Amino acid sequence: MSAAPDLLDLRLLFVTGKGGVGKTTVAAGLAQLAAEHGKRVLVCEVDAKGDVTSLFEAPPTDFTPREIAPGVWSMSMDTEASLREYLKLHLRIPVVGRIGPLAKAFDFVATAAPGVREILTVGKLCWEVRESHYDLVVVDAPASGHIIGQLAAPQAINDLVKVGLIRSQTDWMLEILSDERQTGLVAVCTPEEMPVAETLELTTRVREETTVRMSAVVVNRVLPELFGQREEEVFEQMRAPEIQRVLSQRAGGDVAPVLEAARLAVTMRRTRSVHLQRLQAGLPEGLPVLLLPYLFARSFGARTTRQVAHALGEELGL
Amino acid sequence: MTAARNGSTAKTVGQLLAAKDIVIACGPGGVGKTTTAAALAATAVVEQGGRVLVLTVDPARRLADALGLKGIGNDEVRITDDVFEQVAGRPRGELWAAMLDTKQSWDDLIRTHAPDEETREQILANPLYQNISGRFVQSHDYIAMERLYEIHCEGKYDLIVVDTPPTRNALDFLDAPQRMADFFSSRLLRWLIVPYRSRLVNIASKPFYQVADRILGTQFLADISEFFILFQSMYAGFVERAEAVTRLLSDRRTTFMVVSTLEATPVREAEFFSSELTARKLHLGAVVLNKVLPEYLRDPRADKLAQSMVGRAAELADGLTDDPVVATRVLGEVAESFLNFGVVARREAEQQAELKGAPDVLVTVPFYDADIYDMGGLLELGAQVWG
Repeated sequence: MSAAPDLLDLRLLFVTGKGGVGKTTVAAGLAQLAAEHGKRVLVCEVDAKGDVTSLFEAPPTDFTPREIAPGVWSMSMDTEASLREYLKLHLRIPVVGRIGPLAKAFDFVATAAPGVREILTVGKLCWEVRESHYDLVVVDAPASGHIIGQLAAPQAINDLVKVGLIRSQTDWMLEILSDERQTGLVAVCTPEEMPVAETLELTTRVREETTVRMSAVVVNRVLPELFGQREEEVFEQMRAPEIQRVLSQRAGGDVAPVLEAARLAVTMRRTRSVHLQRLQAGLPEGLPVLLLPYLFARSFGARTTRQVAHALGEELGL
Repeated sequence: MTAARNGSTAKTVGQLLAAKDIVIACGPGGVGKTTTAAALAATAVVEQGGRVLVLTVDPARRLADALGLKGIGNDEVRITDDVFEQVAGRPRGELWAAMLDTKQSWDDLIRTHAPDEETREQILANPLYQNISGRFVQSHDYIAMERLYEIHCEGKYDLIVVDTPPTRNALDFLDAPQRMADFFSSRLLRWLIVPYRSRLVNIASKPFYQVADRILGTQFLADISEFFILFQSMYAGFVERAEAVTRLLSDRRTTFMVVSTLEATPVREAEFFSSELTARKLHLGAVVLNKVLPEYLRDPRADKLAQSMVGRAAELADGLTDDPVVATRVLGEVAESFLNFGVVARREAEQQAELKGAPDVLVTVPFYDADIYDMGGLLELGAQVWG
């Protein structure tokens, strides 16, 4: 494990996690951080929702990358465009123009043959790595339920397709994906029960079913610790009715909601820390766990993305 | 608008469910969809009686635990009465649960539709079929709706609560039956498999096959062709079935319940769900907003008070408890924390206000500071949603 390369020195970084845990936020934060360290970064959104660009307060991008912040380019995956690019590059004939129904036929084959769509996605990402247009490609990857299928696609295709052009293509893709100096996977979760369970399961499946190395787990929305033990004792004293009354009189208003909110924050933090401990206990030794504080922000944009980047940088010791 | 069209006057989820046979819980991932579906099903058993099935796609061990099951499989299992009795007395009805096993369901489907044993075995052994049934994400969407249809047709249940699979594109599972039908009836598909049925390929289409050969390899194309040739024998059955599934989804006894939280991304997805359902003329019965922060966090007086407390902590803490230094620190933290959570609560309220396309019923469920791990917890959540 000591040989593990620094996260930002990788070339291809998949960011995944259960829906709703903030994987797009983390992907954007990692891209921002890498860019601040002088890298040219491409962020690729696989399930195009336009969220990555909104985190940089830029309009949505399509298959053609566009610079959305200094050093950060963005694109969204489009398997059909990827196929077209692939055919143009590898067959060296204007094939789509000449054989009209080809794209449609491939849409069908892709629907029927699992892995075809995935391979076009992974293929494009690996191609960007090989061509070195960017120092780092950050992938806002599918949710953890789907990422295995995507990462395992080259191998699956290798097993299905014995000969042909695709077969020869999967070999170099596998080489990039399997190289832990080039490719890594970051799993994002929150300190809640289901996301933790899914992350632990994902860690096992990534090891068993793919050739990709897990680089780090990011725990998002970690609540601040309000009190130490002594503070908590004093807080409990304050919640006694007579003291609350005195406090309300002095403050010039009912302090009950203010104290109640703190109690809620303390319980939330406590419930979550149990899950955080379970996560840390269940992960393989040496796998870095990065904690991101809960952002009490009114809205999410370029500023919060910079905050996330800095928090990640601190956790990485940069 | 939906209310008028459906003649529905439901004001609560409970009333809504009383008039429906099928409730489909959909929405973004990670918002508590599975738990909400299970909680509603359990509550329906207690409140309404009858036979209720929760059909889940989430292999959450915790849910199985909460229902007192060792695990949930493809076959429906009944939750024993004593699980209820510990918390709610003898239930008026029966609660059943099943978890979607995509591979198992596909195999069952093939067994039902295959014209003969040989075809059946050939399909089950085809490498493409194995991939589709095992890994293919969209097949998950299709099979979920297919299984719902099958269970519904058996007529065993008074109410079926369905937890939908997390889809890549919001409502893929709704399109899945139609797409499957289109897929098998396509002329293009027949064209694709022509060279493997007869060696006569006309000049015009030759380049296509040459290209396809070069890219995919002959063996792979042959596998595809074999698969579809075999499937042709089941074509009529499949298309008919897919159409029936589509009809069931738009039946007036079926309703949809969008589940979300008030985080920015889930809300945006939930809104998309709602408008898509309406566009498809499907019945959006309820929107359930989970994990909503308490209202008092938005109280302007409390907010002002907390703001003033930040600077006056020492003064306020003086002589209040036996440790004024710690008390000052505590009051400062308490006030800061209130202001922080207030920001989030106001953001949530804004999100909720922006939710358009109001459904018949809108429910907000407060943030639970503990996890749901047993029937008591499920019923408590269920009561909140039920109204």
